[in-house]
Amino acid sequence: MEPIRVHTGLVYPMNRANVDTDQIIPKQFLKRIERQGFGQFLFYHWRFDDDGNRRSDFSLNEEKYNNATILVAGENFGCGSSREHAPWAIQDYGFKVVIAPSFADIFYNNSVKNGILPVKLGSEETQEILRKAEQESLKLTVDLENQLVCDEENLEFRFDIAEYHKEMLLNGWDEIAVTLTHADKITAFEKNHAY
Amino acid sequence: MAQPKTIIDKIWENHIVHQEKGKPDLLYIDLHLIHEVTSPQAFEGLRMKDRKVRRPDLTFATMDHNVPTRNRHVIKDQVSKKQMHTLKENCEEFGVPLADIDHPDQGIVHVIGPELGLTHPGKTIVCGDSHTSTHGAFGALAFGIGTSEVEHVLSTQTLGQAPPKTLQVKVEGKLGTGVTAKDLILAVIAKYGVRFGTGYVIEYTGETIREMSMEQRMTVCNMSIEAGARAGLISPDETTIDYLRGKRHVPEGEAFEEAADHWRSLATDPGAAYDATVTIDASKVEPQVTWGTNPSMCVPVGGSVPNPDDKEKDYEKDEIQRALQYMGLEADQPMTSVTIDHVFIGSCTNSRLSDLRKAAEIVRGKKVHEQVTALVVPGSKTVKEAAEKEGLDVIFTTAGFEWRDAGCSMCLAMNDDIIPSGERCASTSNRNFEGRQGNGARTHLVSPEMAAAAAVEGHFVDVRAFSKNSQFADKEV
Repeated sequence: MEPIRVHTGLVYPMNRANVDTDQIIPKQFLKRIERQGFGQFLFYHWRFDDDGNRRSDFSLNEEKYNNATILVAGENFGCGSSREHAPWAIQDYGFKVVIAPSFADIFYNNSVKNGILPVKLGSEETQEILRKAEQESLKLTVDLENQLVCDEENLEFRFDIAEYHKEMLLNGWDEIAVTLTHADKITAFEKNHAY
Repeated sequence: MAQPKTIIDKIWENHIVHQEKGKPDLLYIDLHLIHEVTSPQAFEGLRMKDRKVRRPDLTFATMDHNVPTRNRHVIKDQVSKKQMHTLKENCEEFGVPLADIDHPDQGIVHVIGPELGLTHPGKTIVCGDSHTSTHGAFGALAFGIGTSEVEHVLSTQTLGQAPPKTLQVKVEGKLGTGVTAKDLILAVIAKYGVRFGTGYVIEYTGETIREMSMEQRMTVCNMSIEAGARAGLISPDETTIDYLRGKRHVPEGEAFEEAADHWRSLATDPGAAYDATVTIDASKVEPQVTWGTNPSMCVPVGGSVPNPDDKEKDYEKDEIQRALQYMGLEADQPMTSVTIDHVFIGSCTNSRLSDLRKAAEIVRGKKVHEQVTALVVPGSKTVKEAAEKEGLDVIFTTAGFEWRDAGCSMCLAMNDDIIPSGERCASTSNRNFEGRQGNGARTHLVSPEMAAAAAVEGHFVDVRAFSKNSQFADKEV
């Protein structure tokens, strides 16, 4: 997994709460056996009509967001199914950071394991970013090391992240390799518990 | 005296392999369930790093999401076919037991785990599927994981987890006639919302839960994730132990009694503390119907679709407005005036024998409304066979239901059981998200009884008044 330390990019504001993983990546695209190539299906039924044409009423289709790399959304982002295809699609589309006041637990974990930085900000802070980004093109810098979200003016918000998640993201660790350093303990556990 | 503990604390402590300050606890995983959709990339990951499945004997796979529920072997979608074939190849390569499409044990992964006796109290159970919380009904700590975590468990039989907060949902009072476990959990989510359980493991307690059968408990725990909680469980008791006695993967004779004693000891101690508690009066719960695009958008069947103008905040107005538009409903419209095109009885929430019995009781001697296409999809081949032994299939097909083979089917429409755009379904499943049952499809979550009654009437109807009001009630077929 690619490490992430500091990321500067354009914001795409999505002022909706409870964006579920069925919207992020609809089920008909979960049949593939690969990890790659899900970006084209991101928010599929919001982006495209029944004939596969781009919908004019969904703002991600606007040209000004073509290079957006920071997705900002409302409460409980990524709720619903455990499908890791959701962060795969978000990443493959080009997003590196997702900012929201809260995330569904499984989605949050899945993001971290793929090197996407999920940033939890307060509701008011998120709303402020959403307002700004809806008014004008907004660039943010997300600094994981210092746990800060800043714009080019005076916006500066601090965010919390578990130390372990931070380390994983900063280093791009292979978590299985880390766990396997405890292989002797796993074996001992199995022995002691008659597994 | 030792500090009283919750079952969550006890299971957690029993499974810690490694603990380190500032890191998640490394937990041992007792049972890893696998299906075709969320596993291929995990097996591929193992191959790329030349890793093995550490404990194929603690891993169990089935096919459920993609499988056709009629013409079993005609899988038109080549991508689906390949995904199912890939699971078979992966299971053969890594030595994982598989109940494939032809196997007599095949079914929805969360139906067959308990049915085969793989699910035990006190186990840690994971699956790349958010409804793994279902197994919590047995007093197991069971939760959904992503594909990277599936790979991690395959390779190490462990998972790093930060200790969760604990939330007690205490249910007291008697559920009224015609009011089900499904109505209870929908009412809880309607009251507290789709994120009140985030970061928590829920323990359901109280006399109402104690009086429930295992199948009812599974329905409740199944939808914990719809409240935001990865896991929801119920302390084991004699109901749990009676259910497990004689199941295939459960110890026999004296060994069973020993296991049962251990299971009893896992129940939450009197006086144990939770991080949060909410209390529900079951006697006040009415049959529920969802009107919107998440499971908290739900009202009693006698109620009406909400009006966005009644909300204070703009984002609340917007959310309701958007849901009404998607669902094709008017503000303040009575739920019983909503007509339906489809009925789906099935899914890991409500496809077990008792669910089918209850639905069959409602439709016995009646006919599915002429506007309605209705199907019953048993949760497993075992459920299907047991239902047929009792003649439930005949009751359903005589009434005009289609009687299908086991699978996830129309809960998420990954196979060809898809609801066309703009059409409306009364569904016993767990999610009413936009497009869940097909692009543009409109889903209303209900109990099996409510779904069956709606199938007959062609619109939602209070199942409690159903038999006396139905125009078909006295008409024998």
